[in-house]
Amino acid sequence: MSDTGKTSAPAKVSPAGKVMRDGLWYNNPIFVQVLGICSTLAVTNNLRNTLIMVLGVSFATSMGSMTLSALRELIPRKVRMIVQVLVLSFYVIIIDIVLRAYQPAISKQLGPYVGLIITNCILMGRAEAFAASNPPGLAFLDGLANGLGYGWVLLVIAIVREFFGFGSLFGFKLVGDWFTPWTIMVMAPSAFFLVAIALWIANNYKAKVAAAAKAAAPGAAGAPAGQGGKP
Amino acid sequence: MIDAPSVGLLSLFLASILTSNVLLANFLGTCSFISISKDFKSSMGLGVAVTLVIGITAAVCWAVLYFIIQPLGIEYLSFIIFIIVIAGVVQMLEMIIDRFSPALYLALGIFLPLITVNCAVLGVILFMQIRKYSFPQAVIFGFGSGAGWWLAIMLLASIRKKLDSNNAIPAGLKGTGITLITIGFMAMAFVGFSGMIAVQ
Repeated sequence: MSDTGKTSAPAKVSPAGKVMRDGLWYNNPIFVQVLGICSTLAVTNNLRNTLIMVLGVSFATSMGSMTLSALRELIPRKVRMIVQVLVLSFYVIIIDIVLRAYQPAISKQLGPYVGLIITNCILMGRAEAFAASNPPGLAFLDGLANGLGYGWVLLVIAIVREFFGFGSLFGFKLVGDWFTPWTIMVMAPSAFFLVAIALWIANNYKAKVAAAAKAAAPGAAGAPAGQGGKP
Repeated sequence: MIDAPSVGLLSLFLASILTSNVLLANFLGTCSFISISKDFKSSMGLGVAVTLVIGITAAVCWAVLYFIIQPLGIEYLSFIIFIIVIAGVVQMLEMIIDRFSPALYLALGIFLPLITVNCAVLGVILFMQIRKYSFPQAVIFGFGSGAGWWLAIMLLASIRKKLDSNNAIPAGLKGTGITLITIGFMAMAFVGFSGMIAVQ
């Protein structure tokens, strides 16, 4: 869960901008850190459920990071972990209650996966790596950026899975009856394959950018490419 | 008190290992799965620990759910209570193992405390709550899910032992990428079990 920032955003932008860029791309939770794919992969065969989960995760990471950052001077180091978990579960409970009240059908479909946001590694990872040593405002942005950075990747995967699996997006049928749904896209294996493919594309793109930067400035030490794939 | 689903214990056990494997069908515990499966021995240790923790917490959480949470009507606090129970069980297990088997304690090392935030543990407990299992069913489901996770991580660790030294893998796919694809193929193989036993 370390935030070593192997490839980080250019230094000339403001701290807030850097935090946003890191979360959305340079230090994307899925491509670089490979964290937190557990609880959300299960719902990515349906775009609407994915959107709700992504919003939930973004809410919990941003608010949780902000709270923990505000409390960081008060929490004794020894009980840090359990305090973090308790604060995060507080926000997840809010999400669960709101969903139950306003979207009971979706809440039922998501089942245990809403509660599982608590154990989403991104939450703990950001709390530990960023919120523990940064002011609340920045921690909020960092949580939000990571939640959204994680979210856009999952939404892309959900679009592919729902389109090929059901021939629809957000439940609206987009193709005619001639279309044979790919059952595999609805089932678990396809999620693993699609994340791997997304990771592959991102790594190759990063390698290309790094190679181009190296060619442009031969003396400067360009960031080594493709490190995200090597844990 | 509860209307438990009518599922035989043996079929529930087999189903939780094979047809609805907690990792390959429900994606629970993927993070530690990917990072630990690099090493065969650690995978073994973590598999044992996860199985024990899920089994014991399922039993404890069942009791907490039906004797404390429901009578008091504090279902909205259940996530927090479950997390505390899991952390407590992990802590106790750590002390017991340290006392009776220091060798195993050393072998498990850092993995034991990390189980607290393993999604598989909380996931199994939430499934147990939603599906309204009876006590024996909850315990069997807990141990079965743990065993399923253990089986999956041992399989992947064995595959990765050969795979990680293979140089034919494209650079962009090395490490996590190829591991995810391997898990995908394993999940496909496990899909083959579905229909053998139906449990929900």
